[in-house]
Amino acid sequence: MSYSGRRRFLAQVAAGIALPMATLSSARAQTEQSDPLAWAFTKGVPVQRGRVKLELPLLVDNGNAVPLAVSIDNPMTPDNYVKSIHLFSQRNPVRDMARFFFTPRSGRAKVSTRVRLAGSQNVTAIAALSDGTFWADSVHVLVTLSACMDES
Amino acid sequence: MTARIQLVPPRPKRGEIVEIRVLIQHNMETGYRRDLEGREIPRNCINLFICRYNGVEVFRADLSSGIAANPLLQFHTIAEASGELEFWWKDDDGKQGTERVSIAVSE
Repeated sequence: MSYSGRRRFLAQVAAGIALPMATLSSARAQTEQSDPLAWAFTKGVPVQRGRVKLELPLLVDNGNAVPLAVSIDNPMTPDNYVKSIHLFSQRNPVRDMARFFFTPRSGRAKVSTRVRLAGSQNVTAIAALSDGTFWADSVHVLVTLSACMDES
Repeated sequence: MTARIQLVPPRPKRGEIVEIRVLIQHNMETGYRRDLEGREIPRNCINLFICRYNGVEVFRADLSSGIAANPLLQFHTIAEASGELEFWWKDDDGKQGTERVSIAVSE
């Protein structure tokens, strides 16, 4: 092979290796888009990371009552407000955990509740804003005693 | 079904954001448990919760078995006028619960 031919070949190989590494870093974002449950909610509109703050303890003793708070910093005016927040679970038997619907009269886009977690997993919150965009945050929770699995 | 409601602050000023805390007494049966005889306990969870402020809906939640027993919900609304906050919910069996709390808004 000639010298320029080798350089071209090596450049092509380097380009070929670069592509899968870029895909890996956005794998988490793509998981949301390819997740059929999220898709049913967003109808294919890309879900962006950020703005949403999902608060969950990182280690939980009892998965039967895990405190959860989800909030978005948003003015909540009639032309810019959070329409709804959906909570999705990765491993619960029922993955669609809850949906909260807000109005401009809500004042603050924040809701707190207690959830059941059937094992250590990712919990994702996807928010739909009035301008049609979707924002998400997810937290990985380690659960010592799983809900639903231990029959008592 | 009983519920305990708390308003923070209890006597808000007009335009202030009020946090509403609701605790409903309900087992939120997942349908995965078995009783002492080994029979499956059927699923029965609160699936819809609506809060109305003087008749206007300000908050709605679709719940599932993923919400813990005795569901606790904390949400916000803007204190606009004195009146009544009405909370309504129903579960999978069709039973409905309701609770009313008066809200006194000062100027």
